[in-house]
Amino acid sequence: MPRRRDAVVRRGLRHVGRAIAGQPRMFTLALLGSSLYAAMTVASAFVIGAVTQRVVLPAFAQGHARAATLTLAVVAIVGVAVLKIVGILGRRLFAGIMGYRLQADTRRRVTGQYLRLPLSWHARHPTGQLLSNANSDVESAWFFVSPLPFACGALVMIGITTVALLLTDPLLAVVGLVVFPLVFVTNIVYSQVMSPRVQRAQQLRAEVSEIAHESFDAGLVVKTLGREADETRRFAVRADELRDGLVAVGRVRGLFDPLMEALPSLGTLVVLLIGAGRVAGGATTAGDLISIAYLFTLLALPVRAIGWVLADLPRALAGYDRVTPVLDATGETAYGPEPAPTRDGGAALALTRVGYAFDGATRPTLSGVTFDVPAGGTVAVVGPTGSGKSTLAGLLVRLVDPATGAVLLDGVDLRRLREGEASGQAAFVAQGTFLFDDTVRDNVTLGGGYDDDEVWAALRTAAADDFVGRLPDGLDTRIGERGATLSGGQRQRLALARAVIRRPRLLVLDDATSAVDPAVEARILDALRAAESPSTVVVVAYRQATIALADEVVWLENGRVLARGSHDELLADVPGYAALVRAYQQAEVAA
Amino acid sequence: MTVPSRPEGAMATLRRGLRLMPEFRRGLPATFALALIATAGRVVVPIAVQQTIDRGLSGPGGPDLGLVRTLVLTCVAVVLVTGIAVYRMNVRLFRTTETALAGLRVRAFRHVHDLSMLHQQGESRGSLVSRVTSDVDQMSVFMQWGGVLGVVSVGQLVVATAVMAVYSWQLTVLVLVCFVPLAILVRVFARKLAAVYGVVRERVGDLLAAVAESVVGAPTVRAYGIRERTAARIDTAIGRHYRASVHAQKVTASVYVTGELVAAFANAAVVVVGVQLGLAGDISAGTLIAFLFLITLFVAPVQTASEVLNEAQNAMAGFRRVLDVLAVAPDVRDPAVAAPDRARELPRGPLGVRFEHVTFRYAPGARPALEDVDLAVAPRQRVAIVGETGSGKTTFAKLVTRLMDPTEGRVLLGSGPEEVPLTEVAFASLRARVVMVPQDGFLFDATIADNVRYGCPGMTDGDVAAAFDQLGLGPWVEGLERGVATPVGQRGESLSAGERQLVAIARAYVADPDLLVLDEATSAVDPATERRLTRALDTLTDGRTTLTIAHRLSTAERADEVLVVDAGRVLQRGRHVDLVEAEGPYARLHASWRRSSAGQPQPAA
Repeated sequence: MPRRRDAVVRRGLRHVGRAIAGQPRMFTLALLGSSLYAAMTVASAFVIGAVTQRVVLPAFAQGHARAATLTLAVVAIVGVAVLKIVGILGRRLFAGIMGYRLQADTRRRVTGQYLRLPLSWHARHPTGQLLSNANSDVESAWFFVSPLPFACGALVMIGITTVALLLTDPLLAVVGLVVFPLVFVTNIVYSQVMSPRVQRAQQLRAEVSEIAHESFDAGLVVKTLGREADETRRFAVRADELRDGLVAVGRVRGLFDPLMEALPSLGTLVVLLIGAGRVAGGATTAGDLISIAYLFTLLALPVRAIGWVLADLPRALAGYDRVTPVLDATGETAYGPEPAPTRDGGAALALTRVGYAFDGATRPTLSGVTFDVPAGGTVAVVGPTGSGKSTLAGLLVRLVDPATGAVLLDGVDLRRLREGEASGQAAFVAQGTFLFDDTVRDNVTLGGGYDDDEVWAALRTAAADDFVGRLPDGLDTRIGERGATLSGGQRQRLALARAVIRRPRLLVLDDATSAVDPAVEARILDALRAAESPSTVVVVAYRQATIALADEVVWLENGRVLARGSHDELLADVPGYAALVRAYQQAEVAA
Repeated sequence: MTVPSRPEGAMATLRRGLRLMPEFRRGLPATFALALIATAGRVVVPIAVQQTIDRGLSGPGGPDLGLVRTLVLTCVAVVLVTGIAVYRMNVRLFRTTETALAGLRVRAFRHVHDLSMLHQQGESRGSLVSRVTSDVDQMSVFMQWGGVLGVVSVGQLVVATAVMAVYSWQLTVLVLVCFVPLAILVRVFARKLAAVYGVVRERVGDLLAAVAESVVGAPTVRAYGIRERTAARIDTAIGRHYRASVHAQKVTASVYVTGELVAAFANAAVVVVGVQLGLAGDISAGTLIAFLFLITLFVAPVQTASEVLNEAQNAMAGFRRVLDVLAVAPDVRDPAVAAPDRARELPRGPLGVRFEHVTFRYAPGARPALEDVDLAVAPRQRVAIVGETGSGKTTFAKLVTRLMDPTEGRVLLGSGPEEVPLTEVAFASLRARVVMVPQDGFLFDATIADNVRYGCPGMTDGDVAAAFDQLGLGPWVEGLERGVATPVGQRGESLSAGERQLVAIARAYVADPDLLVLDEATSAVDPATERRLTRALDTLTDGRTTLTIAHRLSTAERADEVLVVDAGRVLQRGRHVDLVEAEGPYARLHASWRRSSAGQPQPAA
């Protein structure tokens, strides 16, 4: 597939260009460092040659050494080394900065997109994929940057060396002109042979991990059916394939490494062979011969940097290709010009013929949904799994926009509100509770300017004050990876406090109290309704106890409102409703 | 956590690991022999330079080109042989380490299945997965480059020193003295590098958490209008990660160049001292030049170490984690393996269950999950165990299936004179006769038939379909797109929770146990599936001793007997109808259930 390979090389070079264009200053600095290093590496070889020619050989021939030339030799050796070190530091530091900045910038753009793009976009992409786009994919996209200046420096070095060789002795230059392209070609062949093997190993790694995940999740089934040995065999088969894959990778590496080492060594030996003749014939000096021989031994490492960059490009491209769709995704939420109504108390909510369909779905999730909730009223939305309840809840706070119809808050279409107005009026607590890796206080206030009294009051309303009071650092306790681990019910109560503290005019609870005691739930809703200016509440519920708190129940089936009324009316008139409520009731029995 | 704590040195870890990886030692002498040749080849060039200068160019009779030719050709041969040796060494090394690591991986996998922690928290499961995946991968990645570089570097140092000593002991001492400060500094460097990379790892953790907020927390961010605040948090985490990485880069680069500087001083010193030695007639010009070439071999190992150290630490930490898992002794061991002479089979026929003063604590000193439980269940009885969350119901199930052993007392299976203590039953017999249907009847990413066959390997698709028929699930399974050949998706997610339960019941049914332990699912199912479940369960439990951890009172109503468990004790025992009438917790439980579903017709029992 030579054409595909060409494409990879061309796209790879374009990607290198992208990296340079992204950080031109750092690249230039790193390249300067690398070039200084390259020049000094060549210089050090010539210093060694000069020392041989002017200090060592004369001293041995004449039987005495001049202190001045010896001092000069020392100064030259150390001076060149110091400059070389400056070059290395510059190259490594600036190349590092360049790579890490590219990573950080891309990561900022990717996460910026995540925050900007509508939730309908999020729904189309698996969480795991989005996380790896922002983490490992970004990393692999710019991994090649750290050896990039080194590789460019190696090109400079080859250039300088070729010129130096030509100036020193044209015949010896021929050796270089044979060895350098050979090194180059070996590198390219290496990266071509290597990349499919590396990809296969990567694939096998993923498969091994998949089996482990599945098998451990199934632990109880495996054990109680006594299938440990079968599972181990299944795992061993894939682990062995992975081993073979890695050995195949190793075999190529194992061949390439000694080859890359042998080429400069062979070059040096050929230089000696030809050079000895030239020295004997007086065409060149022993010092020059030593310079060139030394140069070849020094050249081996930098030239390999070219191979590192080339070998890493396919991976970088693959990573970048996965990140690009995120960066290019469009579909920003558009906001209108209107401020939210500044009334007190609950907001009046109205839905007029609201329809919504997920991308690629054959039938709409919601269609023709019309109902209203008077200011301060409480409505329960009930329906079987997949009836569209959660989608409806999201529409009410403009997590998504309806495809048809409109959601009106105090008579204003949510889409006509300015940015931030909808979230200022309405609070939403989702099915799965999300807590930030932050303190209890910040998880409740989310940066809003509430004082501790207000936080405690909200925690009290959400029945979370008891357990928060018992946490080691109270409100300052960190939650998440490194902080306190909370139970599902505790997490839900914190999320409720987060909603309550904002005194929202509209509160939407999407099955947000499933892990909270019904009595606590009743207390929370009562507190909201008992307030001087009660919130309007829409609650997606399963429990009879919750439903009982609502003024009205909206029965949703297959994305349509099939009935509205009080709990008792629906029980009597809607068989599906009665069956569902009963089924959940049974499931919940306090076994 | 800036400096990783070190409960155990690297050497101790290696020793512990090598004991567990016998594959690793196989063929090691040959690999080392190849390594010796490989490193020896590296000094060929300096020797050739020395010979060319001293004998080829400035020999007594003028330049001797024939000698140079012979010399160069010999050296070319040596270089080629060296290359082949390096190749062979690399391949051997990769093969040995990968084989050893694959063995370790499989052993750890099997061991994890024997550990009871697998059946406890969902969170710890993820970390057990990384014991057999990323931790082992890290070692493999390190071995593929760091390991080889390490072996070669050390060999290179030894051989270079030996050659230098042959040329001139004075200059050798000089070079070694130059490198002594470096050797001392290496320890300091290692500590410093460990610290900075420790910080980087920590920042990576923070970064992952922050990035997750923009994905997992997206609805919350949107609903509360906190986009800018979240962006700022992510920005901070990205910035901190960036700064830690750049700092680490600075430290690594400084360590790296130290080698260069020392080499330069060594070169200068060799020239100065070498010229004096030469004037005294101790060494030749070629020897001096050869030294300059040999010094380059000295620098490389130091530089390699600075590059490899971070990987090495990661690999070592991973290695330690894998070994630690392997070091955890399984709570329960198969008597057929642990004490083959004492292992017994379960008696034929239906099994009874007897608890003899059984107490169980999850940890020493903890409140007992079960306390002094003493009871017997006759063969073929269907028993429902009810109680609040945390009352000890699940512990019952785990003890009967011997996922754990009692802290005190014992569990016996069988009845009358044929009773066998559970601890003496060979697993092969136990697992064939006692089957548990866990709450979450996990399904594998395969077809329905494959999942059912898991209970009885070797069944055909036809057998599986017949089993569904017998359970009254024929119409359901035939209604699926591809019948029993329908794939269930990852974790069975293309089926509903209730349908997954149906498959799990069929799996238990084909296993044909004599004692069945059911942990009833709590998830709500639609009424149609509910009816199917009830019917299938009736067929499954028919004629078998059954212990059901009941979450629905309808299950309790149908059972032959109900056990009411609270705080680790059996408070009540009897038939549903009797218990409802009696004063006690069951009556209260039942009343609360009736209250909460007031106004509704009772489900058909």
